[in-house]
Amino acid sequence: MKGFVRFLAAAALTVAGVTGALAQAKEWKEVRIGTEGAYPPYNNLNAKKELEGYEIDYANLLCEKMKVKCTWVVQDWDGIIPALLANKYDIIIAGMNATDERKKQVDFTAVYNKTPIWMVGPKATKGNEITPAALKGKAVGAQGSTIHANFLEKFYKDSNPRLYPTQEEANLDLINGRLDYIVADALALSDFLNGKGKDCCKLIAEVPRDAAIHGPGVAGAVRKSDTALKALFDKAIAETMADGSNKKLEDKWFKLAATN
Amino acid sequence: MRWCEYPGYLTGSEVFQNYGCRMFSGLWITFELVAISVTLGFALAIGLAIARLYGPRWAQSVINGYTTFFRGTPLLCQLFLVYYGLGQFRLFWQDVGLWWFFREPFYCAVFTFTINTAAYQAEILRGAIQSIPRGQFEGALALGLHRWASLRHVIIPQAMILGLRPLGNELIVMIKASAVASLVTLFDLMGATRLAFARSFDLSIYLYAALIYLVLVEIIRRVWDRLELRLTRHMALR
Amino acid sequence: MIEKLALLGFGDGGWGLALLQGAGITISIALATLPFGLALGLVVALGKRSENVVLRWLATGYTTVFRGVPELLTLYIIYFGIQILLQRLWEWLGLPGSFSMPPFVAGMVALGVVLSAFSSEVWVGALNSIQKGQREAAAALGLSKAQAFRLVVMPQLVRVALPGLGNNWMVLLKETSLVSVITLPDIMFITTRANVATKEPFLFFGAAMLIYLFFSLVSAWGLGRLEARTNRGYAAFGGATR
Repeated sequence: MKGFVRFLAAAALTVAGVTGALAQAKEWKEVRIGTEGAYPPYNNLNAKKELEGYEIDYANLLCEKMKVKCTWVVQDWDGIIPALLANKYDIIIAGMNATDERKKQVDFTAVYNKTPIWMVGPKATKGNEITPAALKGKAVGAQGSTIHANFLEKFYKDSNPRLYPTQEEANLDLINGRLDYIVADALALSDFLNGKGKDCCKLIAEVPRDAAIHGPGVAGAVRKSDTALKALFDKAIAETMADGSNKKLEDKWFKLAATN
Repeated sequence: MRWCEYPGYLTGSEVFQNYGCRMFSGLWITFELVAISVTLGFALAIGLAIARLYGPRWAQSVINGYTTFFRGTPLLCQLFLVYYGLGQFRLFWQDVGLWWFFREPFYCAVFTFTINTAAYQAEILRGAIQSIPRGQFEGALALGLHRWASLRHVIIPQAMILGLRPLGNELIVMIKASAVASLVTLFDLMGATRLAFARSFDLSIYLYAALIYLVLVEIIRRVWDRLELRLTRHMALR
Repeated sequence: MIEKLALLGFGDGGWGLALLQGAGITISIALATLPFGLALGLVVALGKRSENVVLRWLATGYTTVFRGVPELLTLYIIYFGIQILLQRLWEWLGLPGSFSMPPFVAGMVALGVVLSAFSSEVWVGALNSIQKGQREAAAALGLSKAQAFRLVVMPQLVRVALPGLGNNWMVLLKETSLVSVITLPDIMFITTRANVATKEPFLFFGAAMLIYLFFSLVSAWGLGRLEARTNRGYAAFGGATR
């Protein structure tokens, strides 16, 4: 009887048009990579709805080295870890810092990138004081569910933190003048200061890294059960570090804005 | 322990306890958003409904276009159009001295919700006024009442009773729809819940939020039923 | 101004094609949800009118919950929650590999569940409007219960329920905008991406509004035609339709 019930349930699930990635336990032939597609220069969806950016090139390179077929899934940042846990893809490559808080949920591969953290504001901003006292009552924007959001929450309680679904929307509101500051990593902000934010905004100061909140750097995130996948990526990442191919891609995509 | 931590403590949910205070302050923002915009929207809707029925031809078409437009498009899209779209014209708003208004996400949300709900409420009121027999109006005029006075003392009160139920539904729709405010950086109940989820990755927090919304909506529904019963007790409708 | 409009075009750097695809997704998720939500709504409505207390209680609880919880929240709960539940079921069944629910299905289920809660109210109203005598008459004519429902009750039901269900459809069409948060590339998803890429929010959200408005107007027109069609033969009996 129980067998029959199982059979029925299995049949129902299959009929429901469900896609099961079959028999992956032993060997990884195909890897689904989740990214955000709204965080240039790391990953970005262009007008042709194609993904581009450092991480897109980099992960494709890793896949080449691992000899696996990779497919990309675009997922909003807010749901990027839940969707990994819910098996919508197998690894997150999305400029994600390997923090302790996230380690409770997922495992991280080796760190492949580390960038400073900046605070940016309108050109008219005087001085470069970014202490919590100096920013009291100011509107400070960051992307929600990021280390920067947690950073604001921990140290800037008296400011007016605004969290956005994507970094780009926060940038837009800085241009529009709704925000007094935004905090994010230097590369995303350099991209902004070299591009759309050229006329409006400038670097105010570099944010000192807080070990507990910011973590050691950017890494891929996998489910805790997928140890084989983590090992595979760790090895490929080490190779790209050794042969300089990671550095080459970083140089291609990352143009840090001139610091004043 | 603060009061807002108790529900989480009592249900044995650590995440609900940790984020309870944020969620209840989020509930207060939801309440403010809805209360302000539904009240303002109602005031606007009365004017719109009357102008739509008794105004000059051009006003009728303008109002018709307004209600069709705002009832035919999603609230989320309207909110983004106001928040990001109108925010694009900062220099203009600064020139006319209104930037302080469109700068704040809270005002943007109130503004959008108000014009949205006004369109729906205007249609409800128009339908209600139209279903009052025309003879009543004529009778009031025959008794020597002024046009405005007949509207105010004869037509509107009856229309209000007819419109009570759909207006209550509209209030409930707005409470639920206000959750989209979280997408323009407001920490309403939904926004606070999303924050709690983003930090804890604990899905159960969404269920607690659902429960809070449900209780809120049920309370309003019950209160509204009582209100309707009270206001219609002189009528032989039931 | 002209160069701005080119952003909506189909040329290089234009978002026209992407917007059209988004519109396609919006309309297909609405159309896919409709039969599912309406059928489920009818089942719930029959449950509410059932003589079985437990069924009645379940059906009422179901509508109370899904009418009271914001659609955005329902969407999150179904997208993440159901996925995890089904994943566990998948493992329990001992099936190989893993389970993944496509966002389209998640969106369809979430919107369908909400639609069923609202449409069940319409169905109940319509069912109540059909007099008991009709069923008795059908029975007297020798029709079976199923035949009576299909041949006598259903045609009248559809006519009475149509305005309410039409309203449900209009609401559904607008609610599809919420599926953008679970990464389904509908109109809203495309326009938010276009907004951040081009810094032209007014243009793109304005364009999105016009697309939705177009769908709404076409729907209103179609529903009007449909209502006129189902009401054929009724006007002759002295305007029984109002």
